[in-house]
Parts: sequence; C-alpha cells; structure tokens
Amino acid sequence: MGFETTRRDFIRNTGWGIASAAAVSGLDIHGPLLRAEPIEVPSVAPTSRIRLTVNQRPYALGVEDRWTLAEVLRDHLGLTGTKVACDRGECGACTVLLEGRAVYACSYLAVWADGKEVLTVEGLAQGEQLDPLQEAFIEHDGPQCGFCTSGQLMAARALLNQVPEPTPPQVREGLAGNLCRCSNYNRYVEAVLAAAGKEGRHGK
Amino acid sequence: MKSFVNVNPKSLDEAVAVLDRARAQGKKAALAGGGSDLLGMLKDHLVQPDLVVNLKSISGLEGVHREGERVRIGALTTLDEIARHPLLVERYAALAQAAGLAASPQIRNVGTLGGNVNQRPWCHYFRQGFPCFKNGGKMCYAVAGENQFHALFGGGPAFIVHPSDTAPALVALEAEFKVMGPSGAKIIPAEKYFILPREDVLRENVLGENEILAEVILPAAPSGLRSTYLKIRDRQAWDHAIVSIGAALEWEGGRCRKARLVLGGVAPIPWRVPNAERLLEGKSLGEALARQVAEAALAGAQPLAKNGYKVPLAKATVRRAVLSLLPAA
Repeated sequence: MGFETTRRDFIRNTGWGIASAAAVSGLDIHGPLLRAEPIEVPSVAPTSRIRLTVNQRPYALGVEDRWTLAEVLRDHLGLTGTKVACDRGECGACTVLLEGRAVYACSYLAVWADGKEVLTVEGLAQGEQLDPLQEAFIEHDGPQCGFCTSGQLMAARALLNQVPEPTPPQVREGLAGNLCRCSNYNRYVEAVLAAAGKEGRHGK
Repeated sequence: MKSFVNVNPKSLDEAVAVLDRARAQGKKAALAGGGSDLLGMLKDHLVQPDLVVNLKSISGLEGVHREGERVRIGALTTLDEIARHPLLVERYAALAQAAGLAASPQIRNVGTLGGNVNQRPWCHYFRQGFPCFKNGGKMCYAVAGENQFHALFGGGPAFIVHPSDTAPALVALEAEFKVMGPSGAKIIPAEKYFILPREDVLRENVLGENEILAEVILPAAPSGLRSTYLKIRDRQAWDHAIVSIGAALEWEGGRCRKARLVLGGVAPIPWRVPNAERLLEGKSLGEALARQVAEAALAGAQPLAKNGYKVPLAKATVRRAVLSLLPAA
C-alpha cells in the first residue's frame, strides 16, 4: 500500500464492517443495508454488532466497542458532515440528534447507540428542499469558516423541535454547547430566530 | 483509545456481579452512565479499563418518582430531565437549578445525576496526565503552579475542587444516596459520601470498586423550605464553577428555622459551612445578617498563590444566595 493511499481507501480495502464491505462490493453505502448477519469485523479489538437508523436508513454494522458514534458516522458510513474538532465533548462540532436529542457524537460510543435513531446534518434537507435552519444560516451569513456549522445546525434543530418559538436567551442557551472559532455567534442566533419565525408561519 | 469490552448488564445485580468478577480476575472495570466524562478520560489514557460497564442498558435506573413525601431519583436520570422536572423545580429548586447549570445542552441530554456526582476532578494537571497525586503520583502540581481554580478549604495533599454542580445542592437538600454492592444496598447521607484527599487521595467518594450509585433520595420538603443554587463561571455557559453554593433555608413566621449552606468549587468535597448556618437559625434575615453569614462562611479560607480572588467572590455569592431565599412577605 503506497503512501498515496487515502485513509478512506485504506478503510475500504481492509474491509472494516459491513459499510466498508458494501463499498468494496459496489453497494451504495448510503442506501438501506438490511442484512440479518453482518460481516464480521476483522479486528483484534473487541467488537459488537449493532443496528442503527441514520437519517431514516437502517444499518447493520460490526463495530469495535471503543468506536465513538462520530467515528462510525464519518469513517464507516461516509457521513462526513458530522465534524470532529476537539474530540472531547467541548466544542459541539460533532453534534447529532440521537433519538431526537442533541448529543456529542464524539463522546458517545457507537455500541451504546444500538437500536437507536440518529439524525445527522446530511438528513436535514428533504431532497433539494433545505431545512428552514439551513436557509436561514445562508441568509444570515451564519457560517464563516463553516467547520462548526453542522454542529450548530443540529443543536439548533434540537432546540426548535423542543421549543418552536424560542426567545433570544433560549437560543443562546440552546447553542451554548457549540463553539465557533470565527466567533459568529450573533449571526447564528439571528438565523435561528429567523428560522423559528418562518417555521411558525408555515406551520412546520 | 485502548480497546476494551463493552458490557450491557440487564440489572444492577448483574452489573455488580460483573464488577466483582472483574476485580477477582484482576481486571479493571469502568462504569459508564452518560459516558461523556469517561470517554474523555479513556481518550487521554487517564483510565485504561478492560471492561466498560454500560449502565444505560439497565431499565428502571432512570426517572423521578414520588414515594409518599419523599422523592427517589434514579442515578441514570439525565441532568436535562432533572432541570425540567416540575416537582423538582417547585420543591427542590437547588437541585433542578444545579442540573440546569451543568455543562452544555448536549452533555445534559446524556449526562446523568450519578455521573455528575461521581465525575472525576477537572484539575488541568490531572486531566493532562501529570503524575500528580490523583494520577497515582507523589505531588500536587497546583501547589506551586497554576492554582487559580483550586481549593480554599480542605486541600492537601491534593488541592482539587469537587467539580459537581448537583453535589452541593444534594448536600444542602439533605439527600441520601443508595449504593448497590455485592452484599446488597446501603444508604449513605450525601454529606458522608464525599471524602477529602487526606482520607484517600485517589478517590473523591466512598464508592467501592464493586459498588454502584443507584439512586438519590430526597427527604420530604417541609413547608417553608426554599432552596437555590448559584454558580459563578468565567464564561456564562459550559464551564465549571469557580465558586457556587447550594443553599436551603426553612422559614417559619419570618424567621429561619434551619439553614444548610454548601459551597462548591472551593474544596475537594461539597463544603458545608455550619458556622454560617448557625448565624441564620432563629433569625429574620436582612442585608447586615447576610453579610455576617458570608463572612462566617469564608472564615478560615486558606488561599493558594493565585486563587485568593475566590474569597470575595464566594462571600458575594453566599450573600446573594441567602437574600434570594427570603420568605415571601
């Protein structure tokens, strides 16, 4: 294996788990993978079999017990919209919804998510129709460098699901677990308030 | 992180048996409630367990339940649920407020009451793997180092502060902890649960290697009980307390019948200040008495080189807390 081999190629070629195995065999890894018997993970580390529903698609996966949910989403399901920055549950870039609640995917083991439903930033838009939050983030110039944006979106989605018409302090509290190194917090708060107003008018 | 086996016990008894068996086999086991704190420690190689026991797989360990006049809270109840629970918000405000001020929304969604109480210290020397007392070494780097966030009381040989927000609230509310072990359940008053470094520098509480904190029991809330939790942070979100206070005052006819004042962020355990409590008892409260109470609460503080600022900060916090609990006229 040459040095030019990318990390993703490496994962594919070594065939970790069903998702990577599916990629080798030409299956669409973003499509439904409903196998009763997942392929064994060739690993010296302890592994478990889990089922996850990610963005409404079911997956059966072999995972190492030590893999975080963020690692599985990014490295094994190819859902790289979920970002990892601090990898210590402090910055919020890895925020996803687990059973509808915002969680840090870097600080939750994939085995603990067995049987649960996950929503990542890739699942926010309905086809070409962006989520109102995504539209508002664009309109209000929320993202600057953009690295924290998917986490901000997911934290905001969780907030609006729970509190459809939040006050500015509620929005600030809802986004308190997400750092933005560009410090564009005011725009993010504006965008969430605008999206909440729109969702209210359109009865989403 | 080093590899480990995740175990999903179905009951507390099974979980205790797993811990017991691991110990007998010379294996290390770690308990995971929400797991947020544990995962950070695993990634930084501060703990390297052979087994991770996932308590989330045990049904019945979460939820807030009334039992007569008492309230039982499963140790796996999330901080978010506690912060929003109407009964806790109304009758045990200090606990609900403490849970709501802990960490960030994402952590509160998975973080549990048991995990918040049992989290390890957040001293930066400890967390960065310095060979300090807490990491099994032979010195406390904070003594001659960066000690802005370290203890004013009860320090030595380690000068960590207990990081939990809920712990001072639970001590103030006279909660009890139900601990499950190989020989069954035992009840420990919250105040007796936490231990100073001079008792055992490697631990912050009495929980044994094969024991699990299963439940927190709140006593009946007498009429006239008012409680609060105030937390002072560097930034107004996602930070540990520089100083905090869990305060519970019982009022009768405009006079304080009983007071419990417990400081956070100033000692290796939730730090009760009985001399300040006694000043309040039997009295009606005004600004002058609140100042005396605050002075008494910080009497005997022993600041290190860089944390003296905590003394006036803590005094102001005590004063504000007790004045906020004045009975409705």
